[in-house]
Amino acid sequence: MSNVDVEAVLREELGNIAPEVDLKTIDASADLREALDIDSMDFLNFITAIHHRLGLDIPEIDYPKLVTLGGAVRYLRGKLG
Amino acid sequence: MPSLGADMEAGTLVEWMVKPGDRVKRGDIVAVVETQKGAIEIEIFETGQVDQMLVNVGTKVPVGTPLARIRSDQEAVAGLAAPPQVAEVTGPAVALAAAPTMPLPGAPRPQIVVAVGAGGRIRASPAARRLASTRGIDLSAVVGSGPFGAVIRVDVERSGAVVTPPAEKRRAIGLDLNAMRAAIAAAMARSKREIPHYYLEHQVDMTGCEEFLSRVNAGRPPENRLLMGALAVKAVAAAARRFPAFNGFYQDGQFTASPEVHTGVAIAIRGGGLAAPAIHDSDQLTLDDLMARMHDLIQRVRAGRIRSSEMADSTITVSSLGERGVEALFGIIYPPQVAIVGFGKVVVRPWIVDGSVVPRSVVTVTLAADHRVSDGHAGGLFLAEIGKLLQEPDKL
Repeated sequence: MSNVDVEAVLREELGNIAPEVDLKTIDASADLREALDIDSMDFLNFITAIHHRLGLDIPEIDYPKLVTLGGAVRYLRGKLG
Repeated sequence: MPSLGADMEAGTLVEWMVKPGDRVKRGDIVAVVETQKGAIEIEIFETGQVDQMLVNVGTKVPVGTPLARIRSDQEAVAGLAAPPQVAEVTGPAVALAAAPTMPLPGAPRPQIVVAVGAGGRIRASPAARRLASTRGIDLSAVVGSGPFGAVIRVDVERSGAVVTPPAEKRRAIGLDLNAMRAAIAAAMARSKREIPHYYLEHQVDMTGCEEFLSRVNAGRPPENRLLMGALAVKAVAAAARRFPAFNGFYQDGQFTASPEVHTGVAIAIRGGGLAAPAIHDSDQLTLDDLMARMHDLIQRVRAGRIRSSEMADSTITVSSLGERGVEALFGIIYPPQVAIVGFGKVVVRPWIVDGSVVPRSVVTVTLAADHRVSDGHAGGLFLAEIGKLLQEPDKL
């Protein structure tokens, strides 16, 4: 699991939520909720999908670490070890 | 064609999900209809066997037009000489749309209109009906050679004529955002023209709700976590139960309070659409059930698959801006409803608790209500009740 391409998984799941957005244009430090116009339900779906794809527990208290693409990649890589 | 909202006059049948001979039971999705609000899945409220399709795919028909005939289980299968009683999938502006998904025990349920075989019914064998249906042949134009003049298969085969041309080319099923915008414009213009709105706002401390959600969600996998929106909808539904002047319909010059609370939830659609389908009996649901319903509803609305029973008969609407955007929203009432409650985003503000200034999470809740039905005094009490209910989220 540690070899998994976290960023590819994240981009794929974000693409499922905001299919019309060109994810290549998304800055790693941008707030995903703003950049992709996603609401709290979209964000919960995103977290749920990541939880199932990577088998990681993502507590609510850690959500702020996942609001940018760069932050999410760092956080999830750290959890995967 | 069921009525899927007060402003709907006609709909286009875009897909049959069943065919003649299929068994159907109450709640099954039998057809997809395209309206200004997008593609709506039509549920059936009768159990039986599909007898005959009355409307072809691609045809636009007025509200109230029968779409198909269902032979219900109670009726014996009769022969050609004695046309069986059949139920129509849709009666006058029915029924399909109005029935709650979870009727309360003993609550009256709209019945599907039963059409007896008098008048326009054509005597025909099932095989003849099937063939006519697949070939798009109008049975009424076929001369029958069977018993009592019934149309039998061979009559249809011989009938080269009267093929009903498809009314319009079949279009892709889904959301037409331009049509949806036109529907929103029509409803909102009517609202602003007819409803004397008054507006109130109220600041509510949401710190307790945030703590409640943190506590409840801590031990849960993401798919079972609650969102603030579920607390908001539940608080409004519970308050509406206690303040009937904000829950119901204003029609034909008078207000009728609704015995049920069907909260319409405004859902934004990517690309600029908006729909407010109902969560039936939302005051009776647990927070977990309410959250599951909202989750399901939002996904289906955004995929362009709303069910007929959800598109009509919201008794009050909740609109929430979520965690982004601005602090307050002043809604426009969706007629024939008489109130809409708006939630802005939750912000941290200096707040006085027990004589000290402390940071608290605060939301601005607004009410737009119909002055023909209620006054600001009652509106203020209703809005304050919502605020009070949100101070005890564990009791919601």
